[in-house]
Amino acid sequence: MANEVQPGIEPPPPSGTPASGTPALSLTGASKTFGPVVALADGTIDLRAGEIHALVGENGAGKSTLVKILAGVHAPDGGDFEVGGVGVSFKTPADSKAAGVSVIYQEPTLFPDLTVAENIFIGRQPRNRAGLINRGEMRRMARDLFTTLGVPIDPDRIAEGLSIADQQIIEIAKAISLDAKVLVMDEPTAALSGVEVDRLFGVARGLRDKGAGILFISHRFEEVFALCDRITVMRDGRYIGVHNTADVTVPQIVKEMVGRELGALFPKVDAPVGETVLSVEGLTRLGTFRDISFEVKAGEIVALAGLVGAGRTEVVRAVFGIDRYDSGSVTLHGKALAPHNPQAAITAGIGFVPEDRRKQGLVMDLSVAKNATLTLRKALARFGLISGNRERRTAEDWSSRLQVKTGSQDYAVSTLSGGNQQKVVLAKWLATEPTLLIVDEPTRGIDVGTKSEVHRLLSDLAGRGIAIIMVSSELPEVLGMADRILVMHEGRITAELPRAEATAERVMSAATSSLEGAL
Amino acid sequence: MSIDTARPPVHTDHGGPLHAVRGFFRSREIPVAGALIALVIITTVINPRFLSPQSVKDLMLNATIVIILAVGQALVIITENVDLSIGSILGLVAFGTGTLFNAWPGVPIPLVFLGGMLFGAVLGAINGFLVTAAKVPALVITLGTMYIFRGILTSWAGSKQYFSGDNPKAFGNLSVDVFLGIPIITIVAIVVVIAVGIFMHSVRAGRDLYAIGSDRDAARLFGIAVGPRVLAAFVASGALTGLAGVLYTSRYNSVGALTGSGLELDVVAAVVVGGVAISGGTGTVFGAAIGAVLLSTITSSLTATRVDKFWQQAFVGMLILAAIIVDRAVSVRNARKLRVSESRDV
Repeated sequence: MANEVQPGIEPPPPSGTPASGTPALSLTGASKTFGPVVALADGTIDLRAGEIHALVGENGAGKSTLVKILAGVHAPDGGDFEVGGVGVSFKTPADSKAAGVSVIYQEPTLFPDLTVAENIFIGRQPRNRAGLINRGEMRRMARDLFTTLGVPIDPDRIAEGLSIADQQIIEIAKAISLDAKVLVMDEPTAALSGVEVDRLFGVARGLRDKGAGILFISHRFEEVFALCDRITVMRDGRYIGVHNTADVTVPQIVKEMVGRELGALFPKVDAPVGETVLSVEGLTRLGTFRDISFEVKAGEIVALAGLVGAGRTEVVRAVFGIDRYDSGSVTLHGKALAPHNPQAAITAGIGFVPEDRRKQGLVMDLSVAKNATLTLRKALARFGLISGNRERRTAEDWSSRLQVKTGSQDYAVSTLSGGNQQKVVLAKWLATEPTLLIVDEPTRGIDVGTKSEVHRLLSDLAGRGIAIIMVSSELPEVLGMADRILVMHEGRITAELPRAEATAERVMSAATSSLEGAL
Repeated sequence: MSIDTARPPVHTDHGGPLHAVRGFFRSREIPVAGALIALVIITTVINPRFLSPQSVKDLMLNATIVIILAVGQALVIITENVDLSIGSILGLVAFGTGTLFNAWPGVPIPLVFLGGMLFGAVLGAINGFLVTAAKVPALVITLGTMYIFRGILTSWAGSKQYFSGDNPKAFGNLSVDVFLGIPIITIVAIVVVIAVGIFMHSVRAGRDLYAIGSDRDAARLFGIAVGPRVLAAFVASGALTGLAGVLYTSRYNSVGALTGSGLELDVVAAVVVGGVAISGGTGTVFGAAIGAVLLSTITSSLTATRVDKFWQQAFVGMLILAAIIVDRAVSVRNARKLRVSESRDV
């Protein structure tokens, strides 16, 4: 059996490598303000060559701003910045890259119209003697990179339509091909599943052993503790402290991050299970998923677990009506739901919080209030005109219930941190008072504090009789939150486990069923 | 078995001639070229004189100016911008060329071309500078400069016109003489298409333009010099428009205050019909050039088949819509193909 296949968990690296390396990058007392918002008050990081260094902190702790300073996107207002012992001040991302700093962002930044190979090599494509781009060579180099990473991606396909996991891998290939001395990974594992995380960690350790300094930002403590040599903690835009991983425990780090003790991480409470809300019968989309049947009852949280690419997101997109399906049926409250019609799904009482909030969940340039009430325009309108006051009141109500941290309801959503953006998406859907809520990776890229808030919220909603489908790649989340777990593998449901029977081993073996006997 | 089986298999048959053939048939230029060939065949069946040597020469001469303008416009549109001032730029350069010959009849012809391209480049640089510095959409900026440049030309030219008879004979002959059956100015256009085509396909700076049009923010993050590249695209478009302006003076009977007005939309239409997405990032200058030939050939072929002139513009309009619909259908089909071919057997 494949019980050995565990997601993202490996024994800590042999200590001894850290603490002795030369400084690869150091930032001391960096600050950055945007108008009235202080994004970073004291950004401090001391990254050495040959170490993997974790940067942890809650949403809005200033991690993303710090990363953007390292990347040359923002120039700090103050503070000292050195790379390889030499003082630097980056004006553009090109400066940062030229200094040997490579950044893999939380949200991939690829060119959708260009091929995968060109996405990796744009600006430094291999050239022949005439100075023209040698596409054969470029393709070969890309394929070699993917071979090293152990990922079969066609270098000639265009980047449009790639999954987030594949986009991340292309970003990583890009950074590796740049032979960066400093690699900053801003939550690279957020969209990867166990196997891919293990592979990434292997690559990261290889780069470290070759002398690169790696800054690793993650909300998953098991990863931080498995991978990193030292941990820097930030809170409210300030540097709090740095520790050798071997000398601290998770509760200590969490305490420093949030400045308070946290309750249980996964507070799903049992709710009375009511009538069947959703029933899906033999749903099939050729080439994507086949023969998917399941039910969700009121008050129940059903998790869709499985590896990235197993077809979970595709199933819920089809249920909600974003994608077409080839056969099968979706029934809500005993009535057939029209296929390929999200408007009908919303009217029937389904809410859908997508995986990629930047692209599908939010209008980044609109204000918090407008985003939060986007789904409610009809209800808020009087005589066909939307009342700004009612919009603001409704938005404030939900924002405060979800504790969205924003200076004003009028700020553009793009100015918020990732976790707060996710809260706005949730607010937007909860305001429609759905009877079925679909959440796809609800806590991807969200810090511990917000994560448990989101979990408590989902549990609370289930308690009020809402049926919830939760797609999640995080095993502890699935095990802690779900009343029932459907495990998908390669487009099929391979297991259905009630909470009492669910264990990490059973979920993983169903998620990787074709791997039985491997390893 | 290995871990990799958990991920979808991909084709391994890429590389080599098969790959090239597949890429060729998937390209956006094929439907446009097919439409052009069909148009020529149908017109010739109805009116066999359509392919007489003189008629073919006229087709080439008529297409020349638009081809060069379309290549320049394609550079700009690929970066997700647009240049609506090219009709006015062409007018200014054409009238300037007439003025130059009038004031200095013995001016060396290469110098005239150089001067015209430089003049166009300066005007293009004004556009490019405003677009990159003011961060206002190019549509608005170049709409403004379109009127400004036209206003300058109108006050400069007044009611004055220069006629081809006033120009040196050698200059006018560029649009008359042929080499291997192809008019000299058309050869210039072909050289421009090939040179810019190679630049866009195989030079890093050319690929940067695609990257910028595909996702400007990503390009900036990647360290591509977005501003200078966009500025350069406008300068190149201006210089090519300048070249077209000089050739216009050689080709046509007179130049004056109204020369080139309205041309910008014909050119944008040619580029879009040729498969360059108005949203940037895709398409080629070869496609834009074929689009230009198609649009100028339609006019001739509707005349040759005695279709009412009123229908000609409507026909061009339908072609633009058809091009966009075909383009959309192709991309949807490709997306579906990718989905099926990259999925595992489920």
